[in-house]
Amino acid sequence: MKIHEYQAKEIFSRYRIPVTNEVVCYTVEEAVAAAEKLGLPVVVKAQVLAGGRGKAGGVKLARTKQEVPEIAGKILGMDIKGYTVEKVLVAQGVKFTHEFYVGMTIDRNSKSVIFMASSEGGVEIEEVAKENPDAIHKFVIDPTLGMTPFLARKIAFALFSDFNLVKQGADIFQKLYRIFMDTDSSLVEINPLVTTEDGKLLALDGKMNFDDNALFRQSEIEALNEPTVDELKEIDAKEKGLTYIRLDGSIGCMVNGAGLAMATLDLIKYFGGEPANFLDIGGSSNPQKVIDAMNLILSDKNVKVVMINIFGGITRCDDVARGLVVALEKIKVEVPIVVRLSGTNSKEGLEILKQANLPIVETMSQAAQKAIELCTKN
Amino acid sequence: MSILVNQNTKLLVQGITGRDGSFHAGKMKSYGTNVVAGVSPGKGGSTVDGIPVFNTVEAAVKATGANTSIIFVPAHLAADAILEASEAGIELVIAISEGVPTLDMVKVMPYLAKKGTKLIGPNCPGLISPDEALVGILPGNIFLKGNVGLMSRSGTLTYEMVYQLTSNGIGQSTCVGMGGDPVAGLYFLEILQMFQDDPATEAIVLIGEIGGDAEERAAQFIHDHVTKPVVAFIAGQSAPPGKRMGHAGAIISSGSGTAEEKIKAFERVGVRVAKIPSEIPDLIKQAMK
Repeated sequence: MKIHEYQAKEIFSRYRIPVTNEVVCYTVEEAVAAAEKLGLPVVVKAQVLAGGRGKAGGVKLARTKQEVPEIAGKILGMDIKGYTVEKVLVAQGVKFTHEFYVGMTIDRNSKSVIFMASSEGGVEIEEVAKENPDAIHKFVIDPTLGMTPFLARKIAFALFSDFNLVKQGADIFQKLYRIFMDTDSSLVEINPLVTTEDGKLLALDGKMNFDDNALFRQSEIEALNEPTVDELKEIDAKEKGLTYIRLDGSIGCMVNGAGLAMATLDLIKYFGGEPANFLDIGGSSNPQKVIDAMNLILSDKNVKVVMINIFGGITRCDDVARGLVVALEKIKVEVPIVVRLSGTNSKEGLEILKQANLPIVETMSQAAQKAIELCTKN
Repeated sequence: MSILVNQNTKLLVQGITGRDGSFHAGKMKSYGTNVVAGVSPGKGGSTVDGIPVFNTVEAAVKATGANTSIIFVPAHLAADAILEASEAGIELVIAISEGVPTLDMVKVMPYLAKKGTKLIGPNCPGLISPDEALVGILPGNIFLKGNVGLMSRSGTLTYEMVYQLTSNGIGQSTCVGMGGDPVAGLYFLEILQMFQDDPATEAIVLIGEIGGDAEERAAQFIHDHVTKPVVAFIAGQSAPPGKRMGHAGAIISSGSGTAEEKIKAFERVGVRVAKIPSEIPDLIKQAMK
């Protein structure tokens, strides 16, 4: 789960990490009032749950009183990577001398939290990683020790030569680690962390992502969730025991298991088709689940054919087949269906489908090819 | 021979009185796995399928000599269950539980390292050495004893691959489902080494997926340490960036962890990569010639 910049900075401030003075605004009038309160210049920043806001023109400096409503008016309502800007952050303009990057994430290899720091702040860290990987210092944090003062100092010494900044930095890094652990984050970033003209460190921007598996114990964070229409569909599916992700193609897919579902999409692409969705129905032959899954697939009007790919492991193919037959009797499906069943009791399962007049194929590859053929016909 | 689980496995089932725990305890027992005990706090003294249930792992180990544990407890209790098994001297822990908070696993890892406990999972289907022991939720009937070692980040895709191997008369020494979580136990490198050292394994199938750099690291490790033939498959070649395809690990972020990069890394070190799953049996046959 992601939150907005202003929400991340509210959390930073709660832990007494210095951030810019700023106000969240939903209208041009609010933005004008905020600028008056903060004093010019101000930076108007689009608040959307997508990266690359600056490049998209969603971050602008307003130097004069006239520029504030002009800029706020332009940014509010703007579309950034499919997100409509509904609110802007009006932040006090700050003169700074240098920009740094600091961030924390989970490192799969060391199985620990890793701290990343770079003197090349202000740009996307992925670009720094590509072009100048040595400019990023990495520090693995031992979970039994946490962010010790000496480690925080070590990181700070890697960034700053002025001991006054080292002290401020070490303090911020320890707080940032506490935030990461307290909130079950998967990513925390300050980019840029700047040095001001009067020798202070300040978080100019903030980014936080959270571990979805831990939201059950993070009710305050969960309350900040703003799912998009597509994400709402995904959440609704999850409640029904399905994992659904909408894609752009026209071949609807119903598969058991995430890995097999991914391989099914790959296969469709391999043979020249375009999948309409990723849908993992998990390991159950419950007819209701099949009905829910089918309804979900067909709610996407681009779908011209549905391909069902089930591998019967613990769930037996004959049970799955019976579930399919019951489900398809209950709902009217107007697009063609291709079914592929394999694994435990597949013979019995295929026989049941045959008697119900459902088109069946033997292998995954055949199913994908048949689905593509039906799709181009329609 | 085989790796990790075999006829000497004495299995303990943590969470044996739950729906999944009791179901799979029965399945594993009927496959022939030596299931010696179960743990369910407050249910000590009862039995499930003839298997004695204890209140604590310590008591179960003392009474039965269990050396391996499989965990079916709810996700928010899984880290504690893993620690309890490790503390009681269990050598190998398999965590099936799905949805374990990542930081719980981060905190568990140093203790396991200190105690020398091996972990597989969480969020994994477990493992099997055909005709010896099934420790997991894998469908035992699709496996065939043989000399191909298989390791995978996914569940049903593994079954699909195994089914194709078995249908082509290619048996398996051990098949390990490692799980797809960001912080997990034994992974490609450790398991590759075990297959390399196992006299019964003659060839290795590696099933990876998008996200992270585990496959790239595996490719380097194969180049440096593995002399047995390896063939691979990568799921998620068509996945759009930034979308999580069911597995927490299966996400492409900003140009790293793509299928294309992984396939290149393998091909560079001489590992043949199947474009579609049905190519795996032929690739293995060619590799074993």
